[in-house]
Amino acid sequence: MLDPGIIFAGVLNGLLAGGIYVLVAVGLTLIYGVLHIINFAHGSLLMLAMYAVFWLWRLLGVDPYAALPVVIPGAFAVGYLLYRLVIGRFSHGRDENILLITLGLSIVIDNGALLFFGGDTQTIDVPYAGSFVELGVAFLPLPKLISFAASLVLCGLLGLYMVRSDTGKAIRAVAKERQGARLVGIDVGNIFAVSYGIGIACLGAAACLLMPTFYVTPSSGHAFVLVAFTIVVLGGMGSFLGAAVGGFIIGITEALGGLLLGEQLGQIGISLIFILILLLRPTGLFGSRA
Amino acid sequence: MKRGIAFCLAGLATAVVFPLLAPNYLINIGMLVFFVAFIGQSWNIAGGFAGQTSFGHVVFFGTGAYTSTILQVTYSWNPWLAWPAAMLAGCIVGWMIAFLAFRAGLRGSYFALITLAFAEVFRILANSVPFTRGGLGMLIKADPRPMNFQFKDPIWFYYVALVLCVASLLIAWQLTRGRFGARLVAIRENEDAARALGIDVFAEKVKALTLSGAMCAAGGTLYVQKYLYVDPSIAFGVDKSVEMLLVTMVGGAGTIFGPLIGSIALTTINEVTRGLASVVPALKNVQPLSLVVYGVMLVLIVARLPDGLMGLFRRKSRHA
Amino acid sequence: MTRTFENVSRRGFVAGATAMAGGLGFPAILHAQPAPVKVGMIHPVTGFVAYSGQQSRLGGTMAIEDVNKAGGIKSMGGAKLEALLGDSQSKVEVGVAEVEKMNEQGVAAYIGCFQSPVGIAASQAAAKYGTPFLIDVGASDLLVKRGLKNVFRLKPGFGVCVDDGIASLGALNKAAGNIAKTAVIVHESGEFGTGTAKLLASKLPSIDIQPKELIAHDNPTRNFDNIALRIRSMAPDIVMMSNYVNEYMLLARTLYQQKVNVAGFYSILGGGFNYKFVKEMPDVSQYMMDVNHWFNPRSEKAQALKKRVEATGALFTFEVYLTYSNVMLLADALERAASADKAKLIDALANSTFKAELLPYGPTRFVDGQNQGARPAVMQSLKGDIEVIAPEEFASAKAVFPKPKL
Repeated sequence: MLDPGIIFAGVLNGLLAGGIYVLVAVGLTLIYGVLHIINFAHGSLLMLAMYAVFWLWRLLGVDPYAALPVVIPGAFAVGYLLYRLVIGRFSHGRDENILLITLGLSIVIDNGALLFFGGDTQTIDVPYAGSFVELGVAFLPLPKLISFAASLVLCGLLGLYMVRSDTGKAIRAVAKERQGARLVGIDVGNIFAVSYGIGIACLGAAACLLMPTFYVTPSSGHAFVLVAFTIVVLGGMGSFLGAAVGGFIIGITEALGGLLLGEQLGQIGISLIFILILLLRPTGLFGSRA
Repeated sequence: MKRGIAFCLAGLATAVVFPLLAPNYLINIGMLVFFVAFIGQSWNIAGGFAGQTSFGHVVFFGTGAYTSTILQVTYSWNPWLAWPAAMLAGCIVGWMIAFLAFRAGLRGSYFALITLAFAEVFRILANSVPFTRGGLGMLIKADPRPMNFQFKDPIWFYYVALVLCVASLLIAWQLTRGRFGARLVAIRENEDAARALGIDVFAEKVKALTLSGAMCAAGGTLYVQKYLYVDPSIAFGVDKSVEMLLVTMVGGAGTIFGPLIGSIALTTINEVTRGLASVVPALKNVQPLSLVVYGVMLVLIVARLPDGLMGLFRRKSRHA
Repeated sequence: MTRTFENVSRRGFVAGATAMAGGLGFPAILHAQPAPVKVGMIHPVTGFVAYSGQQSRLGGTMAIEDVNKAGGIKSMGGAKLEALLGDSQSKVEVGVAEVEKMNEQGVAAYIGCFQSPVGIAASQAAAKYGTPFLIDVGASDLLVKRGLKNVFRLKPGFGVCVDDGIASLGALNKAAGNIAKTAVIVHESGEFGTGTAKLLASKLPSIDIQPKELIAHDNPTRNFDNIALRIRSMAPDIVMMSNYVNEYMLLARTLYQQKVNVAGFYSILGGGFNYKFVKEMPDVSQYMMDVNHWFNPRSEKAQALKKRVEATGALFTFEVYLTYSNVMLLADALERAASADKAKLIDALANSTFKAELLPYGPTRFVDGQNQGARPAVMQSLKGDIEVIAPEEFASAKAVFPKPKL
């Protein structure tokens, strides 16, 4: 029914979309893997980062990609402080409480944004937004290609950091065995905050890569979080590699599902994958037995 | 114990007398408080007593809402008969989800997320299948006569919600006294130890979800009978799941009165903060401030009372 | 002690004497100011559609200000309108709670609720008290098909919008030599999008255009790349859209970026077709057409209001002038009923022949609560601005169809 050219184009679109999903999912899985919490504030923080990118562009004329070196550390700082001052402090170490606190935070952040930024939709118009690369039937918009490449690079860098650096090793230690890490002298409280910070820094990166082609309103972060949950589960909760691979798989599935089943039912495909993974292989592709 | 019973009876008496003296809009708020407490209690059975946190409980609510509405509107059933049918549907969906999830050995966050996924699937299906009229939603013809499960005077909806809430409190109370509840708590505290003690963990968890599903579905029917309209986002939107979870956890999960206390607290905070913003003259829309305050209060409550609001009473009794 | 008493007594005497003198000399001042007429406005000013809710509220509060500045309701002794502002939080139960709360405060009429589900439930609740409920925005035809005497919708439902849209498209197509033969409809999956799309699909064949496919999408949608691909593979002549503001804009942008060539974009109630879209994305929006609620560009009052709204930094979107017009409709009815009595007010509304000066409508005529005189306008984005291309008597430019290739 659909010719292979369209399918090929769909797969490419899916890959490009997946690039963004990966960044959002990696942050979520890191936070889950280390802190064992589902961060309900993830969507709201993504939205905040997107506004940051927007205001940098609107007020200072900074290109969203050029904003990466500013937004990423900024997002890290916000995440770190948020954990240190609010989440870590108020949760008394209980998982259910962290859940509620991140939920409360998301309400405060969403409505704070509405209060200060207003409800109108904001977009960025970069001069190269109309450029594209043609590959057969596929028209790949330049900004999406750049975002895809940047995402790969950033994920690679983050992966290297996790494997090579001391902090990275400490993070992985805490994720694997909290008590043991404490016993060998790792400052677990600090690692928690750092991990949360890195998770939010990923959102900062995602925001820079999204803004050239998407838009921001006080509710726009949430659309990406649901799919991020699916990816995290697919890849294995806490698995960095899983989130990366899962992101692309979901991107492609979404594209093909949309093409073959129609957009609405295609979205069901994502939820169904989610359910099937959980029922048949709950640890996901790369997760370890919890 | 005696004091506790006296307290409860006093509370019940107040609740019964309240709508006879209060203006309509407070009766309406009261109805919402008991309604949310009721569906919160349904969540509590699964999430609080049995320790199976769910993020997608609205799936039962929506199942109940659509079942009774479709039976009424398309098949001309009487809504009072459609109500138990809706509860049965909730039962079945609860059983199905529990069976699939627990057979696969899902626990904790995994279970929570799969319930979320089921709710999403149901929502998209409701949007796509013809017998729910998809995105157009379904309207129940307004004919406010008691035999249609519609009432002209809001006081009757209040009493129905109150009855449901009291019933749910009794169910929760029975859980704290009976063996079934004890088994659930054992599973919650340490599933493996419970299994070692000979408890059929799988069967008990499925029972809990089935009961929870039936209760929540009953709430779905009540909601549609009051507002006379349902569509996929009303029935399966994530807001209700969050609400059920929130009132229970804020009130105190695993306690009898937790959902009720949580419902009273959060509904009051919402009403008060929402009203505040309309008093402040609209200087370029200050309404979101009401929700900012709501969120801050939520964080503070959780920060100060890690056991939920019921923790306040528990602490008091220890000192008494 | 005695001195104080004397002081008080003297002061009191002087005050009393003045009051009496005042009373004798100026009876008009002693007449109490007539009680204000309370108008309840319920909109989603927080949540996903907060922008629209806030715009509605802006229009409503401005209108109330204007009515009061012009002297209030003269037949009621200059009674002023007082706004009761409610946030529906996009939830049915909150909207109804606001209805109940405002009823307690003695509201005379409601205006709301932007979202049809909330509007349906809220107006049903108001019907209990026999309070008039004016639907300012809300596309679902269920709003007016329930036989409720208290519901009035000034704006056209999607039935009329589709009919007018089809007629205009047919005329455009004819004038261009019938070059358009196929269409694809992209719509949001809720009641507004689905209803509009189904109706469109059933009526397109009457102007010799075949609907090839109806593509539904969620709110929100993360990206439209695949829909764009599908559209390109089907190569329709016309792409028709019915969705909310963000998805509309994203879809338009995606279709432009993916160089999807069509003879025309023709949206019915396209949520994102507004000045912001056209000014911020002139290339994307160029030549797009929309059948929607619009103001009458030839009305001086409308142009003046537009300037006032833009001076506050807000956009002149349809929510603003629709809610504004509803307040005016209410004020007119109050004027004719000379009372805020609910039954009289409903009567006055039902018989209203109010001419909405800001809108391209004929005189009001309510049948079962739906204003038969309401019409949408057909607009096109030309040279970075929005022009009305139909109906004739309100047009400000000629249409460009088919649109030039990208």
